[in-house]
Amino acid sequence: MLENYLPVLVLIGIAVAFAVGSVVMSGLIGMKKPSAVKLAPYECGMPLVGSARERFSVKFYIIAMLFILFDIEAVFLYPWAVMFKRLGMFGFVEMGVFIAILLVGFIYVWKKGALEWE
Amino acid sequence: MENLAQIAMESVNFQAIMPSLVLCCFGMVLLLVSVFLERGRTAPICWLSIIGLVVTGIISINGWNDPQAGFAGGVVLDNFATFFNLTCLIAAGLTILMSDSYLHREGYPVAEYYPLILFTTAGAMWMASGTDLMTIFLGLEVLSVSLYVLAGFFRGQLRSNEAGLKYFFLGAFSTGFMLYGVALLYGVTGTTKVAGIAEAIRLMPDASSNPMIIAGAILLSIGFLFKIGAAPFHMWTPDVYQGAPTPITAFMSAGPKAAAFAAFMRVTYISLDSLQVDMSAMFWVLAVLTMTIGNFVAIAQKDVKRMLAFSSISHAGYALVGMVAWNEVGFSGILFYMLVYTFMNIGAFAVLVLIGKQGEDNLTLDGMAGLGYKRPFLGVAMAIFLFSLMGLPPTAGFTGKFFIFAGALKAGYVWLAILGVLNSAVSLYYYLRVMVYMYFRDPVEDFSWVKMEMATIVSILIAIAGVLYLGVLPGPVMELAKLSIF
Repeated sequence: MLENYLPVLVLIGIAVAFAVGSVVMSGLIGMKKPSAVKLAPYECGMPLVGSARERFSVKFYIIAMLFILFDIEAVFLYPWAVMFKRLGMFGFVEMGVFIAILLVGFIYVWKKGALEWE
Repeated sequence: MENLAQIAMESVNFQAIMPSLVLCCFGMVLLLVSVFLERGRTAPICWLSIIGLVVTGIISINGWNDPQAGFAGGVVLDNFATFFNLTCLIAAGLTILMSDSYLHREGYPVAEYYPLILFTTAGAMWMASGTDLMTIFLGLEVLSVSLYVLAGFFRGQLRSNEAGLKYFFLGAFSTGFMLYGVALLYGVTGTTKVAGIAEAIRLMPDASSNPMIIAGAILLSIGFLFKIGAAPFHMWTPDVYQGAPTPITAFMSAGPKAAAFAAFMRVTYISLDSLQVDMSAMFWVLAVLTMTIGNFVAIAQKDVKRMLAFSSISHAGYALVGMVAWNEVGFSGILFYMLVYTFMNIGAFAVLVLIGKQGEDNLTLDGMAGLGYKRPFLGVAMAIFLFSLMGLPPTAGFTGKFFIFAGALKAGYVWLAILGVLNSAVSLYYYLRVMVYMYFRDPVEDFSWVKMEMATIVSILIAIAGVLYLGVLPGPVMELAKLSIF
């Protein structure tokens, strides 16, 4: 049974060999003309603004968390909408329950003031 | 595909999840109510959550002897689940009773605390009634995620933060182990249903030497053993129990532990029944290790909360003895013991809740000195709970241990029973030491700050009643526990 996984092992081997090989080969035979701009970390082609190791406001995390929550709602809604006719009343009620639970969360988040930036 | 909805409809059986459903609805309503109340007003939420627990309890009791299965065999509400549901509900109820005054004293009157406890309890119920490894996993996650938050609830306290973070990281790690075990078992048997796995393993000629099944069973067990707090997966217990808010520590050591035992028992007893010899051997070692580590390390503790954390490890070891026995007496013994442990341990923590100062730095052995004279009621209550934790006769701790060790003896594990009793003897030392400090040392403190909060007192009284009732008349409840074994 384990033989079935041999191709996976071979693929992992090739992937590792390719990655290591590329880095080593370019280090060995590539031209090196370093300059300050080339060595700078990539920041959308713009000149650097300060260090990357800064503290971010915790507000960003709340927004990100809420985004994921309501994003998942949308992800669920698409396949449901495609299958809506076949699912019939059952699907409608089930989705209604799901949206109602999310709505409770939404009201909670709203009243708590998590959507206000200041 | 035509009758997709019909198939889905047919397997829906709300009866099978009614208790946890009601609890979740209460949790959501409480969240909604809490945002419309002014900040710091938690009393209405506290009482509403108690009502929620009572309603759920009544629904659970009505389902006794009326097994319901649903959701394509993923959930079953049998007597076994109901017994554990009620244990978890009692744990949650006692915890909530002692919480309100505590939260105000510690300066975190936050209403979300109560819905989180309700969600934890609902997760525990799913674990107890899950007959599919995925349902059990879902319950475990709901339970764990709420508990991570509750453990780190005092966000301004370093200790509480440490508890939350440690619990989260180690819990996530152990969940990974468990999922790997589920994946391996699924790979071999082609199903995640508890009964289906049992069937597939039975049909396999060399199941007990199949490396995938062995690895799957062990990895799955690790996930549960972590939640139970059994050695060698107990490392998180002392720090988390010490750092978490005291009522949450009490709850964690009773409710979720019982739920983990429920799922663990269902999975091992049904799915892995063909591997009984090997599993019992493994549990034998784990039980002895857990009892011994818990008891011996508890001796060295000066902090009473931390000492109770180690004592909780050793009690998980006693309960594991019932798993080793693998017979009806042992399994019903675990059910009984979990109920007993709920009463005695939460009771002991409730006393600590009352005598703690803000910040709880005085919960050391020296801080307990003279409690028995300064506060006679609390002294007597603590003494009863400690006697029960030791396992002395008039209390429930004795009957609980008696049934579990009887199961081990019946299965022929004489040495295990002897080691268990010896361990109980060791535990006398550190439990009695608290008594010595309470009654034979001159008080260092005057305990003038102790307010006899009504709700907490009620919680203590219920716990005392439970401990004494189960100790003097264990018969009726033990009968129920026997009827609960599948």
